[in-house]
Amino acid sequence: MNFLLESFKQAINLILNLDRELLQIIFLSLKVSGIALLIATVIGVPVGAFVGLKKFIGRGLLITTLNTFMGLPPVVVGLFLYLMLSRSGPLGFLSLLYTPTAMIIAQTILAFPIVAALTHSAVVRVTPVIKLASRTLGATSFQTTLTVIKEARYGIISAVIAALGRVMAEVGAILIVGGNIAGYTRVMTTTIAMETDKGNFELAMALGIVLLLISLMINFFMFLIQKKGVKEAQQWE
Amino acid sequence: MGVRLTVSNIYKNYNGIPLFENCSYTIDRSGVYVLMGPNGSGKSTFLRMCALLENPDRGEINYFEGNRALPKDINLMRRITLLLPEVGVFNTTVFKNVAYGLKIRGFKNNKIKEKVEETLQFVGLIHKKEQNALTLSTGEKKRMGIARALVLEPEVLFLDEPTASVDWKNTEIIENIIIQLKQRLNSIIIIATHDKESTKRVGDFLLYIREGKIYKEHPDKQIP
Repeated sequence: MNFLLESFKQAINLILNLDRELLQIIFLSLKVSGIALLIATVIGVPVGAFVGLKKFIGRGLLITTLNTFMGLPPVVVGLFLYLMLSRSGPLGFLSLLYTPTAMIIAQTILAFPIVAALTHSAVVRVTPVIKLASRTLGATSFQTTLTVIKEARYGIISAVIAALGRVMAEVGAILIVGGNIAGYTRVMTTTIAMETDKGNFELAMALGIVLLLISLMINFFMFLIQKKGVKEAQQWE
Repeated sequence: MGVRLTVSNIYKNYNGIPLFENCSYTIDRSGVYVLMGPNGSGKSTFLRMCALLENPDRGEINYFEGNRALPKDINLMRRITLLLPEVGVFNTTVFKNVAYGLKIRGFKNNKIKEKVEETLQFVGLIHKKEQNALTLSTGEKKRMGIARALVLEPEVLFLDEPTASVDWKNTEIIENIIIQLKQRLNSIIIIATHDKESTKRVGDFLLYIREGKIYKEHPDKQIP
């Protein structure tokens, strides 16, 4: 018990003293996850909206695939990317293995299905009369699509936050393709795994606390958005 | 010169039930046309087809300007407007709801403000312009829907059940808005309704759907 308490105290000290190594790891984590989330959002929202609004052959299959990929095992993504990016792999010439770029690609692959599938769900929940009303007021097809996306905004923001939660907590894929290189590809989750293995609990615990705080903030933000969305949905009744 | 609406030999089935069979009709004068007919006779379908949101199974619906048939493109769609029975309120303020059509047409912000405020004044909702439109009562939502259509100054305006599920006070306000519209806009206004009394109060012409065709009657005529 004393040992736990001691580790916890030292972890708090590291946070309060703004330990240089700790800050560097936190910054890289936020950078990798932030960029991955941005790319996944830029691609995932239009894809989700398109699948939600347009009828085309194979639509059902695409929706099922996106829903399935929401639960992609990170280690499988890591393994797949490793094989693609390793020297003998088809993309080996890019020399991306063990770089932050490889980690961003891995996290984008994990975040994209979440953003796209949940955006699809949010868009199909928008009442069809909104689409019709938009057309009666002279909107083009593109303007109607933008209007529906705007109406689905709370669902889409929840989708993006859910994807952020997933990438921030992810360890398997980035450990495989990033290699956990100190000062270069070492992020919060990979450091926690490594430091725990070494029995160096102070840094692991400090990062664990930061990760939990970030997760708490994400969930609180999500709760506020959902609360606002529910409140507005009730006004429809 | 205004537009002319021509319905030529249309056929339309809805869920396997024939609604219109070889139906033709032309509306070439501005004024308020009240479209009546029993439940399920196809009033809403007729308005949606005339608003170019739905195609007839056979036959054609065209708009003419003089002798020239207008192409059915976004330019024509922007000269006609339909108020749906369920207004389709956007989750934003009353002001932004009414500004929507002007915004997508690329109007400048100061012009939008001027036109929207003038229209909200006209329908008696100016004091609610910053309120979320979802919080309005059913009657107010209808009035906002009318404002959203009116601000665009359409040449042809379709109102589908504008007073359905609306209390007497809002019904009176909506009817007064329509009566004033006659003087304000030199447009064709077609209203689908069940309300026989309302027909006499606001209508210049009475259209009646019977056995898949449209007939013109005098507004005072007793409709079964």
